[in-house]
Amino acid sequence: MEGFSLILAIVVITALAFDFTNGFHDTANAMATTISTGALKPKVAVTMSAALNLVGAFLSVEVANTISKGLVDESGIRPEVIFAALVGAILWNLLTWLVGLPSSSSHALMGGLVGATLASAGPDAVHGGALITKVVLPAVAAPVVAGIAAAVATRLSYTIGGKDGKAAEKGHRAGQIASAGLVSLAHGTNDAQKTMGVITLALIAGGALAPGSNPPTWVILSAGLAIALGTYIGGWRIIRTMGTGLTDLQPQQGFAAQTSAATAILASSHLGFSLSTTHVVSGAVMGAGLGRRGGVVRWSTAGRMTVAWVLTLPAAALVGAGAEAVTGLGDWGTALVAVFLVASSAAIWLISRRQVVDHTNVAGPAATAEEPAGVVTQALAAVAPPAAGQPAPAAEDTAPAPAPADGPTATVPAQPTAPAPVSPAAESVSPAPAPAATPPAAAV
Amino acid sequence: MKIDWAALGSVFGVSLVVTVALVTLFTLGIAGLSRREAAATRGERAVAATAGAYTCFALCAAAVAYGIYLIVG
Repeated sequence: MEGFSLILAIVVITALAFDFTNGFHDTANAMATTISTGALKPKVAVTMSAALNLVGAFLSVEVANTISKGLVDESGIRPEVIFAALVGAILWNLLTWLVGLPSSSSHALMGGLVGATLASAGPDAVHGGALITKVVLPAVAAPVVAGIAAAVATRLSYTIGGKDGKAAEKGHRAGQIASAGLVSLAHGTNDAQKTMGVITLALIAGGALAPGSNPPTWVILSAGLAIALGTYIGGWRIIRTMGTGLTDLQPQQGFAAQTSAATAILASSHLGFSLSTTHVVSGAVMGAGLGRRGGVVRWSTAGRMTVAWVLTLPAAALVGAGAEAVTGLGDWGTALVAVFLVASSAAIWLISRRQVVDHTNVAGPAATAEEPAGVVTQALAAVAPPAAGQPAPAAEDTAPAPAPADGPTATVPAQPTAPAPVSPAAESVSPAPAPAATPPAAAV
Repeated sequence: MKIDWAALGSVFGVSLVVTVALVTLFTLGIAGLSRREAAATRGERAVAATAGAYTCFALCAAAVAYGIYLIVG
């Protein structure tokens, strides 16, 4: 560890902080469905996920060795660039946590790297094509793939099974725990290694390690511990959104969603089309919601989540670029960015204390109180079938009233009500005043 | 920019088939256990249902083991 400069130490600490937020942010991926269906108690769930993340971190160094290759030119990358990238990623992770939205930690990290590299080395150092194939397309594909699989599996499980009882309850619990365990383990191998890769990259860039080295043991150990600690602390806000905010999950759905997520994650990482865990799990949960007859997906939450996904990369890139520009001013610039990071993180934490979400209220009805019902879902439910049926009787009810008074004008009140089905939002309002206005006209 | 549609397609296919197969197997297993439970309350034994259920669970366990093998390997 000779030649360990101050900036390098800062980068390592920041990388571990990112790793912490990563675990913290992604606990939901493995455990949200398990917690919301009651298969595991919240604290037990996060403890198990943390342990498996830690184990996963030690399983291989393959991902760590390939980190950042292909997206940016790693030659000539300075530790400051990595620091700036991490600042962008951490702040985005904390911000999305504050509003309780699941978003991809990998995208945040990539966004930070892209932004910092843009600011440091110019647009040529970023591979635009890789951005589309590695970021944009998987983000669209992941929820679709996992969602369809979960929807079909959910539908089937209700068709075949559908029996309640002790055996079924115990069975679904065990199944959920197993698939959630697999997701945790896979997360540990993937995401803890990303941080190891970043730290190793920084050590190489700072000259503390020879190029092409494997991550040293202390890096593996500290990265594994950081992600496990983050997982254990638990991003309860995101767990709540994922577990109860998107849809109401029954044990069968939880099992189908988690199985589809585990399968899609493993299939994607072994067939060479890497998908983000967050996107996969969110898609699987929504698919499970749609797969049950009478199941409802709260599209407003899904919509906000999608906005967060779209913003993740550019937002992290923007912060990363800004941070890189400031660190470029010299050592005091780097110090300024570090102070900014700590201050913003503290501010976000303080804001979060206004409305605490923890293991005691994570699976409670608080989520529905915060967001009474999906606006879009409700509107769809209100509009779709009755739109054709309801206005018609309403028109008939009011139309006969003036009809006895004046025969020929009976068709006139029908006309103002005709546009009502076209604009469903107005249907409850417009028919009422319309007949009230027309009879006097008919009388004249 | 080259999009690997083949990889995407195979991820989709494998995810769909494996998920549906696993959930079906598992649900069948649970249905078998439920039948045993129901039979037990009547004082009977449902040997075929029990054996079928454990076969289903064994296959699911094998899939989980393969999953762990993929993660480790």
